[in-house]
Amino acid sequence: MDFETHWIPTAGPFETIMNNNLLLDVDNLSTRFHIAEGTVYAVNGVSFTLNECESLAVVGESGCGKSVTMLSLMGLIPIPPGEIASGQAHYRGRDLLKLSENELEHLRGKEIAMIFQDPMTALNPVLSIERQLREPLRVHLGMDENASRNRAIELLELVGIPDAPSRIKAYPHQFSGGMRQRAMIAMALSCTPTLLIADEPTTALDVTIQAQITELVKRLRDELGMAIIWITHDLGVVAGLAERVLVMYSGFIVEEAPVENIYEDPRHPYTQALLAALPRIDRRRHDRLKSIPGAPPNLLIEPKGCPFAARCELVIERCRHENPKLELVAPRHSIACWMDVNTGKPR
Amino acid sequence: MEETVPPSSSPIASLLPDELEAPPLSLGQLTWRRFRRHKMAIFGVVTLVFMVFYAFGGMLFFSEADANHTETGARLQPPSAEHPFGTDTIGRDILARTIYGGQISIMIGLTAMLVELFIGVSIGSLAGFFGGKVDSFLMRFTEAVLVIPQIFLLLVMAKYFAQSIPNIEMLGRTFSGSVVVIIFVIGITTWPYLARIVRSSFLSMKENDFVLAARATGASTRDIILRHILPNSIAPIIVAGTLSVAAAITLEAYISFLGMGVRPPTATWGNMLEGAYNYIDTAWWLWFFPGMLIALIVLAINFIGDGLRDALDPHSRAV
Repeated sequence: MDFETHWIPTAGPFETIMNNNLLLDVDNLSTRFHIAEGTVYAVNGVSFTLNECESLAVVGESGCGKSVTMLSLMGLIPIPPGEIASGQAHYRGRDLLKLSENELEHLRGKEIAMIFQDPMTALNPVLSIERQLREPLRVHLGMDENASRNRAIELLELVGIPDAPSRIKAYPHQFSGGMRQRAMIAMALSCTPTLLIADEPTTALDVTIQAQITELVKRLRDELGMAIIWITHDLGVVAGLAERVLVMYSGFIVEEAPVENIYEDPRHPYTQALLAALPRIDRRRHDRLKSIPGAPPNLLIEPKGCPFAARCELVIERCRHENPKLELVAPRHSIACWMDVNTGKPR
Repeated sequence: MEETVPPSSSPIASLLPDELEAPPLSLGQLTWRRFRRHKMAIFGVVTLVFMVFYAFGGMLFFSEADANHTETGARLQPPSAEHPFGTDTIGRDILARTIYGGQISIMIGLTAMLVELFIGVSIGSLAGFFGGKVDSFLMRFTEAVLVIPQIFLLLVMAKYFAQSIPNIEMLGRTFSGSVVVIIFVIGITTWPYLARIVRSSFLSMKENDFVLAARATGASTRDIILRHILPNSIAPIIVAGTLSVAAAITLEAYISFLGMGVRPPTATWGNMLEGAYNYIDTAWWLWFFPGMLIALIVLAINFIGDGLRDALDPHSRAV
């Protein structure tokens, strides 16, 4: 049997990047959680699109709704207490938010795969790597014992784990953090998904391993031709990886732009503040990093006005009452702000 | 088959071989390494093996007819060369009866455990996994069973069902139908403890990231429960299951002693004690041998349970 044919696509990076077919179209997604203390407004009217084979980064601080957005799309929000209050998410013409649990199960892992933040906890501690790798192969591709074993070994080799035929029998606690994340990636890629959602996959790893994992995902993306949504709070990681960036704050998308624009020409005060907080090699060593004053808004209060208003240097009266919509300010570059950061005056 | 990965994909920042640890030990191997250090548990295993050998190997020397053969002329004889353990009130050989009674007692212990495991694990895992209304309903039901005094329930049910089941043939032997009744009755009165253990384990396990990760790979609810969470809860289940074998043997002895258990002529260690009650002073061999056997097997199983509890403890770092 030849496994290559059905899982290593022939398209190279150039063909795939040229491909402009719309893969995912999220429109006005809102997710809330009803808890004892009240309602948590976790995601508020998020809209974005993703083309096939495109790499999109979603950045923002902890609790800004990045993960909840993605989990909502995957149908992995526990309901209750969660609630998808509004929105549509068309994936290849089907609204993900309206699919039944059964239909979602067929999609998850097969077409849309996900890797998680902490490889220490995202692998089942009592099942061998082999068993966990073979699970999606059995469920989605109906592979028999032999085929799935061989494929699982191939997958481990693909993610750069040496001596795969014997390492595959190991249990997660016998793998280092980097190896576990590789195993997680192997698992996510096992059915050659069209969309890979990576939820801060490098946050729990040290810098060297981070770079290796980022490199690995980039390489596999080009080889397998899949679209990637990479969630992170590390703007540094984004630069080499994504083509387009969404900046989220308090459950809203505040800026969307090609990756070069985010670094060279950020237009939203929050994005600017984020970049100012990054250490840079070309800055003087003794300069203190700039922090953003204040704290993110309480998600228990229904958002009114711009969520960043309380911490914004350019805030005007209008910001406090009226939440700006995402508007195009340059080609492929939109922000949700009443102000022009370059002039400091209203747009 | 080995070289199916295209060469282009091999040199991706591969790990160096020296980063790898010693060859992996499976969980079973780790457990065995810890278990064999537990001296009392090893004593328990050896004792249990002997007792199983005694009960089943003894069949080669005595037939069941010997065990049930009454000889009124030779009643209440003390241990002798002909009857090493003596004879009972109607002249049956006690050695042969402890052999055949042992088979029934061990079988009751094991099968009652299976019944208990089946009900307890099903109810506990469903309640723990689904939570909410399902949990409330199942746990209230569990508590309802739990508040009824167990012995009382056992006696009532044993009495109620005892007449309704005919004799059955199995493994070349004929059992009194009351054996099945006892198994069933012990099974359905002991599961609530197990259900609570399994529920609490599921409640904490289902919050783990790996459950979310498994759902993200498209695993169905059934797979999540059976293939992902249950293996994580297996340690307390094994321990509880082991200890419940001992508990079931004791319970059977208890109700048989009260005359509500397995009906003669089928012997069990428990119902052999029944007739001995009136001869505590005068014929010690009537209660000594079955009583010792019950005490020994319960002790052995409890030691094994203790050993397993330590060996399966996920927090134990000892190898």
